[in-house]
Amino acid sequence: MKIQPRTVTALLLGFCAAHGALADDAAQIERGHEVFQKWCAPCHGPGPGKPGTTALAALYKGAKPAPLEERTDLSADFIKLYVRHGVSIMAPFRKTEVSDAELAALTAYLTRTKR
Amino acid sequence: MRTPAGVSAADFSTALTQFEAALGREWVFTSDEDVDLYRDAYSPFWGEPEERKAAAALAPENVEQVQKIVRIANHYKIPLYPISTGRNLGYGGSAPNASGNVVLDLKRMNRVLEVNENNAYALVEPGVSYFDLYRHIDERGLKVWLDVPDPGWGSPMGNSLDRGGGYTTHQFRNHFDAHCGMEIVLANGELLRTGMGAMPGSKAWQQYKTGFGPAIDGIFSQSNFGIVTKMGFWLMPQPDAYFTGSVLVPRHNDLIALVEMLNLLENSRVCNGMSDLSSPAMGLPAPYDAPPAAPELVTLINKAIDGKTDDLDTYAASKGRAVWSATLKFYGPAKAIIAQWEYAKEKFSTIPGATFVDGELIKLPLTAEQKEKVHKVEFGIPSLSIFSMGARNANNPTPGDGHQWFSPIIPRNGEAVFEANRIFAAAGRDFGLPVPPFSIPFCFWERSFLFLFGFPVTHDVEKNKATRAAFKHLVEIAAEHGFGEYRTAPAYQDLIMSTYSFNNHALLRFHETLKDAVDPNGIISPGRYGIWPKNLRGARK
Repeated sequence: MKIQPRTVTALLLGFCAAHGALADDAAQIERGHEVFQKWCAPCHGPGPGKPGTTALAALYKGAKPAPLEERTDLSADFIKLYVRHGVSIMAPFRKTEVSDAELAALTAYLTRTKR
Repeated sequence: MRTPAGVSAADFSTALTQFEAALGREWVFTSDEDVDLYRDAYSPFWGEPEERKAAAALAPENVEQVQKIVRIANHYKIPLYPISTGRNLGYGGSAPNASGNVVLDLKRMNRVLEVNENNAYALVEPGVSYFDLYRHIDERGLKVWLDVPDPGWGSPMGNSLDRGGGYTTHQFRNHFDAHCGMEIVLANGELLRTGMGAMPGSKAWQQYKTGFGPAIDGIFSQSNFGIVTKMGFWLMPQPDAYFTGSVLVPRHNDLIALVEMLNLLENSRVCNGMSDLSSPAMGLPAPYDAPPAAPELVTLINKAIDGKTDDLDTYAASKGRAVWSATLKFYGPAKAIIAQWEYAKEKFSTIPGATFVDGELIKLPLTAEQKEKVHKVEFGIPSLSIFSMGARNANNPTPGDGHQWFSPIIPRNGEAVFEANRIFAAAGRDFGLPVPPFSIPFCFWERSFLFLFGFPVTHDVEKNKATRAAFKHLVEIAAEHGFGEYRTAPAYQDLIMSTYSFNNHALLRFHETLKDAVDPNGIISPGRYGIWPKNLRGARK
């Protein structure tokens, strides 16, 4: 088959769009990482003195990783529910703290390795 | 949608339209989904009709917008409830004192306006958290420390206005005392600056606290006379080293001499950090994840509380443990603080049987690895590790939904510690309260002790009712014995203010006179710390 210039252009545009989407995804995940570091890591980061990690270790007893960043089973809806409603002694976060856009980035970050 | 008390739906709707014009629609929150984010997550009235809920929330990003909002609110007599970061959990969170208020969420005003390394001060907006300010200083390598409270997501402004405290040296632990200069939006929308800031072009706003004439900053703390939009704080120059030393004394009644000597050394600035008291024999204060104390030990402690101390002394001796320990903390040049500890040991040696344990000398600044190992707040590093208390752990498999603090000020002497424990232990037995077997006082404040009892809050209405009744009982019996609380959540502010009743509530009546003068329409935080505007005084509980 002879490839027409128009086809090449279309393929290139498609590649660029896909590449752009990947770059957008990476930027969103990186932004989500920053949100996590600022708002979540003090309780849910790895290591001692992190009450959220301690609590999840006691809850799951090894069945799931205690640090949230190691989880592969989190869904966006699950994360949004807990951020906006809280659980146990974790109070919810207002939109002046974690905006809807930041929450979307956070879910992109925490679901990046979802299976 | 809720509407503020005494405001017509039409006026409220008009005001909301004007708020949107001032802020942009995005920053006026009126849907239940958004406004519910302002509920106090640790409310002891959770889910009950008396839970205080906002009608709406507004989020300005600068002082000019705050002034616009206040003028609109004053025109329509709409009560505003300003919050800075809204994370004052355990003392009220982001919910107002009265349902129907409009929360003025200042979190977006989050600029660090200045950090001056040489004069060691900072000027910040309300939404700047301790984490934010720490990051700002750390990224620039400035050699100044913060003094931070336990939860680092609060703001220097909000914490100091609620008169919170921290962990480093005397001069900085009392966060309100460490402030220098305020900017305030008054109820008529006018802008006021205190201290040197009252002089246009002043070059020393954060370097001299009182300026000229009456010093009025105090009336803007634990109150509702204005909306603070900027605040300066003195910072601690980064010390060269940190050192701790512990003195251990063998007998129960040695606490009296131990505290007397500790007071002398602290008040003389021989030791400048926040001392820790503990009881090795009683195993107190217990770690957050510790199992309950053994019943036999609790029996010995109860006997000691009732004045029969011999058995506890005998038990302690048999275990080779001191009944009391005081850990002194020193910040400063390494040679100097070691010498100060040596002097302290000489002074404590007058207590028969006193022994000493030298801690490790830590050279500063900390390495990244050290920062992860130390008790961060003692080094001015914000953290949230305090929430380990109350969070799920192996010994607490069914955590509650929050906590509320009962926080009485206790005189700094051993006899008062014994008396307070007698009173609170009896109340604990009567009401089945979760008070520890013996309450070890905290040394946050320079000249007094602080007791801290964390009461669990749940989403179980009946349990919360019982806890509120117990809390009220504690406040009342504390007051009967001359002990008053330093701070509390909105649910208890009227109750506790009513105990500061000298001369027929002269203090509260003075607050009310001020309130009527500076906020005649009662639009700023009605009811905060028991101060109600004239039109709502009948609603006081």
